[in-house]
Amino acid sequence: MTAPVMSAKGLTRHYDVSGGLFSRSQVLRAVGGLDFELYAGKTLAVVGESGCGKSTLARLVTFIEEPTEGALTLDGKPVTRADWPDLRSSVQIVFQDPYGSLNPRQTIGTILMEPLVINRPKMSGKEREAQARKTLGLVGLRPEHFDRYPHMFSGGQRQRIAVARALMLEPKVLVLDEPVSALDLSIQSAILNLLVDLQDRLNLAYLFISHDLSVVHHVADDVIVMYLGRAVEKGSKEAVFAAPKHPYTKALLSATPRADPLAKADRIKLAGELPSPLEVGAGCPFAPRCWKTQDRCRVERPDLQGDAHLAACHFPIGPDGA
Amino acid sequence: MTDMPPDAPIAPPPKSRMRLALESDVFYTFRRSPVAVISALVVLVLVLSSVLAPWIAPTNPFDPSSLNLMNGFTPPMEPNAFTGETFLLGTDDQGRDVFSTILYGMRISLFVGVAAVTFAMILGITLGLISGYVGGWLETIIMRTADVQLTFPSILVAMLIFGIAKGVTPVEYRDQMAIWVLILAIGLSDWVQFARVVRGATLVEKNKEYVQAARLIGRTPGAIMLRHILPNVLSPVLVIATISLALAIIAEATLSFLGVGAPPTQPSLGTLIRIGQGFLFSGEWWILFFPACTLLALALSVNLLGDWLRDALNPRLR
Ligand SMILES: Nc1ncnc2c1ncn2[C@@H]1O[C@H](COP(=O)(O)OP(=O)(O)OP(=O)(O)O)[C@@H](O)[C@H]1O
Ligand SMILES: [Mg+2]
Repeated sequence: MTAPVMSAKGLTRHYDVSGGLFSRSQVLRAVGGLDFELYAGKTLAVVGESGCGKSTLARLVTFIEEPTEGALTLDGKPVTRADWPDLRSSVQIVFQDPYGSLNPRQTIGTILMEPLVINRPKMSGKEREAQARKTLGLVGLRPEHFDRYPHMFSGGQRQRIAVARALMLEPKVLVLDEPVSALDLSIQSAILNLLVDLQDRLNLAYLFISHDLSVVHHVADDVIVMYLGRAVEKGSKEAVFAAPKHPYTKALLSATPRADPLAKADRIKLAGELPSPLEVGAGCPFAPRCWKTQDRCRVERPDLQGDAHLAACHFPIGPDGA
Repeated sequence: MTDMPPDAPIAPPPKSRMRLALESDVFYTFRRSPVAVISALVVLVLVLSSVLAPWIAPTNPFDPSSLNLMNGFTPPMEPNAFTGETFLLGTDDQGRDVFSTILYGMRISLFVGVAAVTFAMILGITLGLISGYVGGWLETIIMRTADVQLTFPSILVAMLIFGIAKGVTPVEYRDQMAIWVLILAIGLSDWVQFARVVRGATLVEKNKEYVQAARLIGRTPGAIMLRHILPNVLSPVLVIATISLALAIIAEATLSFLGVGAPPTQPSLGTLIRIGQGFLFSGEWWILFFPACTLLALALSVNLLGDWLRDALNPRLR
């Protein structure tokens, strides 16, 4: 087995959320103790509901924020804050909102060349432009788009531009934070195909963040299911989709529309809303919404268990589906 | 199931900047608004004539050799009883041609106004960007100072600053320095609006993902503020600058009228009004009337232009 490009051990991020004037400040555990590895040419998908800490994870992995605890290693070397400037080229990100991620006052050419201006100061202007134009072609845009402004493009085209910008520094790891959620369904698959194609050509490691299981099914090799900042299930896409172990995963899967309307699986409706990440008690965070909850779940938090296919549940769902 | 094919004709090929400007929404609403067109014309004429004053004005009112005391108090369009000379807008007590003093006075009024607004704008934008982007105790200090300053009428702030600055300049430089002190005083009394608007817009922009993307490729905070945020917060600044210009011109006139502004050796429109006011009740109305009308026309048309610009650049008001 090849060595991972990037790996995370116990990655944790807390936020101090000070309440009002009279309440004491509380700790919000946005991400709690995540372990994972990213391999060249492979996609790790992270799935979870809104607010479960996916974007926080993206900010940790792209060195925008420092983890409260835990560590990242890149190419086997531990990452410290002092290394951040050097590592920027290795890890880049594509954001969710293609309308907010491009500066409306810059031309596409300026946007694409900016990473080079800062990080490749020895490059000549001509070389920068040549590389920007090459990358523009790589993502399926045309040379004459170089001098235009973002408002002249559709959402899908803007997302191509955002991908091109992320590729300018020839990264090894690309973090995709809900890259297609803001796009029309018809455009989604074109962008996903582009991403798959780029991964093959450039041997990129993807951390693909999404709340949409059908999108994840399309691109993932491995899957982590997150709930309130923690991993509740982790395994290969095939294993997780075919035989989910954690009740939360099963509930998510049952809520995903299928292509085959006859295979109408019993849809599991979760009781209650997603609880506030501030009010996670001692037991299993999912216990209040779970239909299999027993006394043990309310007092003891389960750890991730298993070999290749792990789940954090005291009473995992067996192969029989019960 | 494809994306818009990349070669779809989404946008026509880019046009020249001039064509773009002439076809833009802003220019369209401009042509459709008679008030805007007229104010722009008035502003244009006034600015041009004050810039070109040395070539347009019949006399140089600051050149003592060209003055003839015998010409004093000549009414408009009437030949002087002693010299027989005729003046378009009459003369003042010292025989200075009122038309010429207005042209030169407007020059000083406009210069002080533009310089003060530029100063206020640079200061306000800088402080607004910093407090919006950096936040923390810097923001607290800057915005609290702004709040405190807002509770005083800005003309009082300007008078206070003017007084202090005048106190610390040596007597022999006071007249020379008066104009610069005036600019400083009006500028310092007017930065708050710029800072507030820029801070508000910065708070919105800094959470957009293009700013995060810029941070991720290694842009320093200073470069992010200047290259990414500043260009995106400029349109409200333009509106405030225009309206502030009208206010600054009026503030300068008020200070000069009160005798704490431009000195009689470099009279602005406000100084001229103060001088003219002394002759109003003895019948020499023109010495006051024409400078006052000019000030009114200048301040009003700049203000109307600013109002129109605000409506044109704010889609929600349209
Ligand atoms: N800077 C911050 N300060 C305090 N709390 C934060 C901060 N950033 C995120 N959070 C909190 O951390 C939790 C996770 O947020 P995050 O944005 O990572 O969620 P997400 O999974 O990306 O959600 P979405 O799908 O809506 O994008 C949320 O409860 C959020 O309120
Ligand atoms: Mg998010």
